[in-house]
Formats: sequence, structure tokens, C-alpha cells
Amino acid sequence: MEAAQERPAVGLFATCLVDLFRPSVGFAAARLLERAGYRVEVPRAQSCCGQPSYNSGDRKAARRGARRAVAAFETFERVVVPSGSCAAMFVRHFPDLLADDPEWAGKARSLAGRTYELVDFLARVAGWRPDAARPPSGSVTYHDSCSGLRELGIREQPRALLAASGGPELREMEGSDICCGFGGTFCVKYPAISEAMADRKIDSIEATGADAVVGGDLGCLLHIEGRLSRRGSAVGARHVAELLDAGEG
Amino acid sequence: MQADSARFPDNVAAARRDATLLGALDRLQRDARAGRVETVARLPEFEALRDAARDIRNGALANLAANLERFEANVVANGGAVHWCRDAAEACEAVARICREAGAKTVAKGKSMVTEEIGLNAALAGAGFDTVETDLGEYVLQLRDETPSHIVIPAIHLTKDQFAETFRGAHGDLPADRSLEEARQITDEARCALRDVFLRADVGITGANFLIAETGSVAIVTNEGNGDLAQSLPRTHIAVTGIEKAVGTVEEALTLIRVLARSATGQEISAYTTFATGAKREDDAAGPENFHVVLVDNGRSDLLAGPKREILRCIRCGACQTVCPVYGAVGGHAYGAVYAGPVGSVLTPALAGLEKSKHLPEASSFCGACEAVCPVRIPLPRLLRMWREDAFQAHLGPKVMRWGLFAWSALTAWPWAYRTAGGIGGRMLRLMAMGRGRLTRLPFAGKWTGGRDLPVPEGGTFVGKWHGRRGR
Repeated sequence: MEAAQERPAVGLFATCLVDLFRPSVGFAAARLLERAGYRVEVPRAQSCCGQPSYNSGDRKAARRGARRAVAAFETFERVVVPSGSCAAMFVRHFPDLLADDPEWAGKARSLAGRTYELVDFLARVAGWRPDAARPPSGSVTYHDSCSGLRELGIREQPRALLAASGGPELREMEGSDICCGFGGTFCVKYPAISEAMADRKIDSIEATGADAVVGGDLGCLLHIEGRLSRRGSAVGARHVAELLDAGEG
Repeated sequence: MQADSARFPDNVAAARRDATLLGALDRLQRDARAGRVETVARLPEFEALRDAARDIRNGALANLAANLERFEANVVANGGAVHWCRDAAEACEAVARICREAGAKTVAKGKSMVTEEIGLNAALAGAGFDTVETDLGEYVLQLRDETPSHIVIPAIHLTKDQFAETFRGAHGDLPADRSLEEARQITDEARCALRDVFLRADVGITGANFLIAETGSVAIVTNEGNGDLAQSLPRTHIAVTGIEKAVGTVEEALTLIRVLARSATGQEISAYTTFATGAKREDDAAGPENFHVVLVDNGRSDLLAGPKREILRCIRCGACQTVCPVYGAVGGHAYGAVYAGPVGSVLTPALAGLEKSKHLPEASSFCGACEAVCPVRIPLPRLLRMWREDAFQAHLGPKVMRWGLFAWSALTAWPWAYRTAGGIGGRMLRLMAMGRGRLTRLPFAGKWTGGRDLPVPEGGTFVGKWHGRRGR
């Protein structure tokens, strides 16, 4: 945990989905970081981390994306990302993508060591705990997005923060760690499989009786939300940053 | 349905309409998943064992040539013979030749994926041999003229009732009004039918889980005991397997066996673990007079020499199939390949060519559940991504996807342009939604909106709003 007086400025990488679809998640993330004692900066030079190209086999374009992100966040001691899968690009995949590039390999490795997924950062590095006056009520169930869970080890962190918030009751679903079927471009390359996976996830979500599914990755959430809506379900989908931010201030 | 990998999307559509299959897959993923988790939880050193297993397999592959030569020398010293086969045709011919020399009529087979890979049953039938599968699942599949859909649970796509119905059709000499309600009755009937095959067989064919260099032994692990009968009752035993199965020592094989059954079926150990070492000696009470090992390369040397060599660590436990949510949604046959699921999506392009199997590496959400359970820690998503890179280089993907990605990647290179275009796109979506929070149809986005609504963007971009509102 970092001592309060030493807290450096945090560079926030919004992710393209938050940037283009849900700016409110970005603002919620920024407010949480500020409450944890950090000054937040949002470099204008950021766009997409290159994951769509990377997972589609276009290594060259992925390397361009990696170099762009590394350059945009080079000066920050801490970089925070409100998404496990984009954070895993920084932490796990940029060093690999740029390994044989003498100019960028060292910078990519250094950035990897300074980048955190939002909830992991709040819980583990900042040691922050919610102290909401009026936490939201109701019940939620938590979906463990694959990259955050298996590439970054994020499982207890969001649960600890939700429990500490005194907010909604957490009802665990069966197979919270099973993929929802989003998978980036996978969801439009093989929609029949993707939707089948979403249905299995949604059956588990609905079995808990929770009001909403909460997660740390907007991609998964838009996909689950879109399928919930198509099925006519009353269950909502929320980013964990929105939920933690909701009762604050 | 004759499935092949090139028709993967059609195979998927057919699988999704097959209620029997979907029920079986649900049960597999629920029960087998829980079984593995429970067994692993009882063994605190399991993660350390996985590391050891990975290192053993890496060491064995690094010394593969030496291990195989030592294995051959020991097989020969024990009165057996080793046959080196470059491809499927050579391997099938080697087996057929041994069967001819043995004057065989009936061949009893233990379960073996490599014999599926080389198409051995068809080759032996063509050469006039009566070949009978003796693993219960494989026996039923042979009667139904189907292929295995899972590495260790080959008939997982069938129900008990389908087993019974198949037996009623095949065993016409038995009373038509007999009961086949209980699993026990089905296995008893198979046992009776197969006992005769074991006694009749002139040749027994098995696979191999491991080849042990220091002793020249072939190790198999099974649950039904059919493999033991197939390799010990007939006069001739032929073990058919891939060259990558060689390890150095018995101890190494035993460590691998500790992770194998736990990963495959959630058992601590399989019912039978058998080491076959050479032909029957003069003072042996039983055993085959002739002992042959058919070693199949079939692309493995090329894999070993290339960047995807880690797939050769695979010990065929099937855990990646059992846990894979894509496999769980479509079943093994949809892959249209001998090896389904994550391991198959890495192996099939190497065995059958990437062009014919280009869908397989793409049909993964990269969720990583496979890598998380692999007992030898094969980085399956990374290997799948390598195939995607090869496919991209070869222009094998759909053009619209390629151009879409090119446009996205070009746009994101200019954050200002990306944000302006994103803002305009968001505004258009909001106009089209006419005040509702979601779009149910969208031109050019049918692949999304076919089964999902599209939540509409809130408006503006985060970065734009941040710098506008906060004046930073």
C-alpha cells in the first residue's frame, strides 16, 4: 500500500468502450481514484490498446497500438485501467509484443510494472475502502471477466470492496468464472456460440435472483446487457466502478 | 452429418439444434468440472505437480530423438520391434503388414486417438480385417459409424438410451424383450459381446499414454480393462502412438500419471495402469508372442521444430475440452476434426492444414479456462493466437473483418480523429435509437443485433468530456 503523502498522479486509460459508449464509467473511476487520494490525469493521446488487432492475428497493428499506449503513459508512475482485459494488454502482452524492439522493449516492461486494473489498484495498492453515506440497496451478482481473473488474479478485490461498501447484497452465481461469450471480435465472428455462452451466463445470473450483474469489463457487460435486453429480462448490468461510486459523496 | 472443419459454422448451427447433445454437454460441463475441482482440492501439491509435469514433458521433448532411440533399443532387446512411420499412410500400412504376417482375421482394439488420427479402422477394413473397438464408448461409436467427440469420453454426445437402442440393432441374436434400462445391463451386454472378440482376436491394438525409454515399456491407463485384454490375450500386440509420447524414465511417467487421471476424469488414478514390456518370455505365464510399436510422426517433427512446439507436451487428458465453454456450446463433432476443443484447434491446423481448419483457432473467446486446467501448462490461447497470426498473414479470414480492423487500427492511430469519428458514430446511434436506450436492429451490425440488443452510447466521449468539463 502506498503512503498517503507520496501518492503520485495516476494516468487513467479509459479504454475505447468506456470512452465511446459509457463516459460515466470513466468519471466514476476518476472519482474513486480521487477519493483514494490520487490526482487523476487523462492523456489525450490515448485511444485503443490494440487488442482487437492482437487477437485477430495482426501483430503489426497490435505493435503500433502498444507503442502508442506506451508513449501516451510513459511519464506516469501509476497507470489505471477500468478493464481487466485492456489492463492485461498493458501488463501481460505489451512486453511480449515489443520484446524484440530495442527502442520500446524496456519502456513496455516498465509500463507493465506500473499498470493496474482499477479495482485491483483501489483494493491492493491504494488500500482504499468505500465509506458511503447512502450506499445503493438491492442485490447484485459478480461476473468474473476472464482476463482480469486469469491474467491478473482479480477475484477477491471487487468482492472485498463491495462487501466493505455496505451496499447491495452480493449473491454469488454458479460458475461466475465461466466466460460470458464476449471475447472481443469473437462475439461477431461466431454469434451463435457467443449467444449460447451468454445464455448460459444469464441463466446463472437469473438463478441468483439478483437485481443486476456487476463486472469490471465493459465489453462483457455490453454483451450481457444486450442479450438480457433481447431476452426481455429485468436484470440490469453495471460496471463495478459505477456501483462503488454510486453511494459516495 | 459428415462434419468437417471447413463447414464449422454449419456444424455449429446443427449442434445448437440438437437438444440431446446440448443436454449431454450441460451435464458434462457441470459434473466433470466439479469432479476435477474436488479431486484437485484433495491434493495440496497439485500445482507443484503441474510444474513438474510441464518440466518433465519439456525435458522429454528436448531429448526426444535420444529417448526414442533408447526406447527402440530396449524394445528390440525385449524381443519386440519398432516401426517408424512418417505419416498416416505409412502407419496404416505398417499395421496392416503386421496383421497379414500374423495371419490375422480378427483385430481387437483398445482406445487410441492416434489410430483415429491415421484412419486405421478404415484402412484395416479395406485390407480385409475384422476390427472391433473394445472400449465401451468406442464400441458403440463403431456400431453407429460415428467418431469420438471427446478425447477421454468418446461417446459423451450420446445418452444411455442411445447406447441401448444401438445394442438392440447390433445384437440381433439376443432376446428382443430384454431390459436395457440400467447402465449395468448395457455394460454387461457389451462385456459378453466383447469377451468373444478378445478370445477370437489374432491381433490386439492399443494406443500408448507413455513410452518409457529406459525400459522400452508402453504404458496405458484405462478404466475398463479392455486395453489389458487387448494387449495380453492375442498372439500379437501392436501399440500405435505418436512419437511425442516418449519420456525418459518410469518415475517421470508416474509423475505424469498423477496429473493425468485427476485432470481427465477427476479420479485420483485410473482403474488400470499397465506397463507392457516386450514379447512373452519363455517363463512368462501369458502375454503376446509378438510385440510391435508403431511410431507415428504425421507432422509432429515439424511442430517440434516450430514455434508451436509446446502443444507436443499434451498428454491427452481432455481437461481443456471438458472445461471449454465453446466446446460446451457445440460439442466435439462440430470441430470436424479428430481432436476437438482447444488442443484440437491447435493440432488440427498442423495435421490437416490451416486453410481447411481456419475457423478453429478463431472460434475461441480466449477465456483461458483451458490453460488454467492444463496439467502440463500448455499456453493454449497463445498457440491459438499464433495460428491467427499465420491466418492473417495468409489472408485466410473474411475480407470484411480485415477491412474493418484495418479501418479501426488506422483511426485509432490518430486519437483526435478516432474520438471525433467515435462521437459522430455515437450521435448517429442515438438518433437511430430515438430516445430508447438500445437498438434492436442496426444495418451492417447484424452479427451483433441478430441475437443481442445494442446498448446505445451515452453521448460524447469520456476523454473529450473530461478535458471540456474540467478545463484540463
